[in-house]
Amino acid sequence: MSQHTPDAHADHGSVGSYVTGFILSVILTVIPFGLVMTEALDKVATIWIFVIMAIVQIAVHLKYFLHLSFVTEEGKLNTFTFLFSALIIVLVVGLSIWIIYASNAMMMG
Amino acid sequence: MTTSAMTHGAHGHDAGHSHDDHHHDTSSTTLFGFWVYLMTDCLLFASVFATYAVLFMNTAGGPSGHDIFELDYVLVETFALLFSSITYGFAMISGHKGNKQATLTWMMVTFALGAVFIGMEINEFHHLIAEGFGPDRSAFLTSFFSLVGMHGCHVTAGLIWMIVLMLEVKNRGLQPRTMTRLGCLSLFWHFLDIVWICVFTVVYLMGAV
Amino acid sequence: MFGKLTLDAVPYHEPIIMITLAIVAVIGAALAIAITKYQKWGVLWHDWITSVDHKRLGVMYIVLALVMLLRGFADAIMMRTQLAAATNGAEGYLPPEHYDQIFTAHGVIMIIFMAMPFMIGLMNIVLPLQIGARDVAFPFLNNLSFWLAVAGALLVNISLGVGEFARTGWVAYPPLSELAYSPGSGVDYYIWALQISGIGTTLTGVNFLVTVMKMRTPGMKLMEMPIFTWACTWANVLIVASFPILTGALLMLTMDRYFDFHFFTNDLGGNAMMYINLFWAWGHPEVYILVLPAFGIFSEIMATFSGKPLFGYKSMVWASGSIAILGFIVWLHHFFTMGSSADVNAFFGVMTMIIAVPTGVKLFNWLFTMYHGRVQFTPPVLWTLGFMVTFSIGGMTGVLLAVPGADYVLHNSLFLIAHFHNTIIGGAVFGYLAGFSYWFPKAMGYKLDEKWGKRAFWFWQIGFFVAFMPLYVLGFMGMTRRINHTNNPDWNIWLYIAAVGGFIIALGILSQLIQLYVSYKNREALKDTTGDPWNGRTLEWSTMSPPQFYNFAVDPKTDGVDAFHGMKKNGTAYQRPGSYAPIHMPRNTSAGFIMGMLLTAFGFGFIWHIWWLVIATFVLTIVTLIKRSYDNDVDYYVQPEEIEKIEGEHLAAIQQQSLLKA
Repeated sequence: MSQHTPDAHADHGSVGSYVTGFILSVILTVIPFGLVMTEALDKVATIWIFVIMAIVQIAVHLKYFLHLSFVTEEGKLNTFTFLFSALIIVLVVGLSIWIIYASNAMMMG
Repeated sequence: MTTSAMTHGAHGHDAGHSHDDHHHDTSSTTLFGFWVYLMTDCLLFASVFATYAVLFMNTAGGPSGHDIFELDYVLVETFALLFSSITYGFAMISGHKGNKQATLTWMMVTFALGAVFIGMEINEFHHLIAEGFGPDRSAFLTSFFSLVGMHGCHVTAGLIWMIVLMLEVKNRGLQPRTMTRLGCLSLFWHFLDIVWICVFTVVYLMGAV
Repeated sequence: MFGKLTLDAVPYHEPIIMITLAIVAVIGAALAIAITKYQKWGVLWHDWITSVDHKRLGVMYIVLALVMLLRGFADAIMMRTQLAAATNGAEGYLPPEHYDQIFTAHGVIMIIFMAMPFMIGLMNIVLPLQIGARDVAFPFLNNLSFWLAVAGALLVNISLGVGEFARTGWVAYPPLSELAYSPGSGVDYYIWALQISGIGTTLTGVNFLVTVMKMRTPGMKLMEMPIFTWACTWANVLIVASFPILTGALLMLTMDRYFDFHFFTNDLGGNAMMYINLFWAWGHPEVYILVLPAFGIFSEIMATFSGKPLFGYKSMVWASGSIAILGFIVWLHHFFTMGSSADVNAFFGVMTMIIAVPTGVKLFNWLFTMYHGRVQFTPPVLWTLGFMVTFSIGGMTGVLLAVPGADYVLHNSLFLIAHFHNTIIGGAVFGYLAGFSYWFPKAMGYKLDEKWGKRAFWFWQIGFFVAFMPLYVLGFMGMTRRINHTNNPDWNIWLYIAAVGGFIIALGILSQLIQLYVSYKNREALKDTTGDPWNGRTLEWSTMSPPQFYNFAVDPKTDGVDAFHGMKKNGTAYQRPGSYAPIHMPRNTSAGFIMGMLLTAFGFGFIWHIWWLVIATFVLTIVTLIKRSYDNDVDYYVQPEEIEKIEGEHLAAIQQQSLLKA
């Protein structure tokens, strides 16, 4: 049941946590943009860095702005809901791309 | 049902203490419901992302992402959105402290930043269409306009919602129900920021690399 | 002013359609006169249309489903008779352009506007009661969802008299469904009917998931929820995860058709395969959304009428869960022949076959529940037994089709048609009909007539086999689906038999209508005075029939899955508490109805390119929503005196009943 304790509601974030999240996000945004603009690395490495930076930044937003956590009851429920959705998204997007790219390849052949 | 919940109006944060009362629209139920709704929205975006991923190479003789994306412009847009995230965060913190004026001020700042983002996006779209690179030109442009435009529509809806809530805060103050609604908008606004991370990574950065 | 809409859109020259419209008009007028005569407009408006009570919404959903069942079944009978008539080169009585609309409408109506509302209706009535809640988490949203479903159903039926319906099959694959090949209004009706009702379904999924997570009676753990609630919960997880994909796919098709986009077109780099892919990424989970709650219904019925706890409750919950997750990685088996790589086909084929394992687990659980029980052969049990036989056959032909190599031979044939009717009718529809007769006394206050119930079952069961087994044969003989007339003498006999089967099912439906009439006439004799007509095991049977509008005067205390059975055994059932506290209830609202009607007009405007109507109704819908959100006066309290009175009546009725027994 929704037996939440008062401190379940205390997690609105503080100025400090928002600023931390913000600074991390700025760093994680500037690095990939900088990499493309300066063309410092080769293409494959750059793309891998994009993907990693994006995933880390999503995690930062989830923690500092959306207050997901594994600690509070509410946070846990939201976190597991999110993780389940993420699983479905990976399945749907990943398998769709596999299906269409594989059939494109058959058409080329 | 307890009498203490009644005196609290049974809604919002304070009612949370007296919880053998399980009822409609208490703050935590509403916020969780809104979160589940956001997950459905996530999947809607996911299906459009998947479509973009299979169509982005189909330029049909038209321009590719490399030809039309201007990364410095996108970086400014990104920062407008990122700043709006933290300012909305400050609005929420002020709201929980019960500081009505500060909440309104931060919401207005957020609104302005969101409006800058939307204005820039409309400008970008307008330029592309004027050059003949509208969504009817190729499957790539179709999926590009749809994906970015869908995010833009969400931000626009968020801005309209923000106006409604600013009026509500102004007229009714920061009562529990209003705080719950501000909390929902907070989830929505930060969620859109996450979608934007995916958009600028998948569309702009990967397209320009 | 009226966009593309002109008087020519009305099909005057089609006698079948005009006669149908005339009949609908007569029935509608008769209903309106009856309501006026008995002065029921006020009741209809205050107690039903604007109601946010989950039980009343559930009843309205089921009424919608039954009306649409008649419409969809009329389509089915027309197809069967056309195919029986149009053999040996005869043309039959339905021209191809009309026939194509009929099979499209049949599919759309049966899945979206019959099965879905039926399932959601049963869930509405039962789920909150089973978890000891007073309502769903968001009662207004629940009302809105219903009216969005009605909006979609209205659009499908308007297409009968104004314009046309899609001729694309219920899947509306591009490029056929693109503007270049379907320039008429048909596909637009399809798009908006599915889009509006689909959004309603998504909201229902969100609503009931939150209800289950947040509104359970204090002390009830997740693994103590009744099995029907669990089955619905998995279905809701699937709704929330899959319906947005449909929304996205339809949105893209809309952009293609209205704004010259190129998602799925033949030219300028569009890829029609992506629509097919997205459609089934929704479509496959959708069939599990339909069938999982039916499995839940069978489980409840088997436990109740065997007088035993369900065998393997936990395995049942986890079997449903694994079916739900696996349901997301099998969708390609709907288009093996699209021509993706052998790896892709093999992966999806294997995943599909794996689903048979948890389904088999369930079947054995039901068998072991009956084992050593005293099974009472009531109509709900008959439907369950009929399901177990029929669905097993459908499941086995499904595993056959899951072999990509076999699918290359059998796809697009009547074998496939026979297979999915075998699972959807034998699985989902039998389940809903079982649930209908099982929970009817709970919702309406009197039991259904058993004799006509059994007749209905036997007609349905025999009719099903006579109608669909020939289709397996025809499939093997090479007859493809969506054919208007045929010219192969070998097929004739099987087409005739199938048509006879259709009429036997019609007798089943007729028996159900008679059953409703007879039961209503004898409602005093069939009255359920205690609220517990079957010696039930779960909490819904502890309430009155029909339940008190607040469901529970005090939060029920539960210990285990069969909570009410436990209470009756311990003697803690029907206890009168020292005093009652006021109960917090939501107020009725007209906002859901208004928004539903506005969105019907919105869809209609889009279909006929009446742009002022689109803009006006869209703005008004948003304004209604904001106004409703701004309204803080949405609830009230039921006072203890009123609760005391209602509960007193219930307890007195139970006391009288137990005296009679003694």
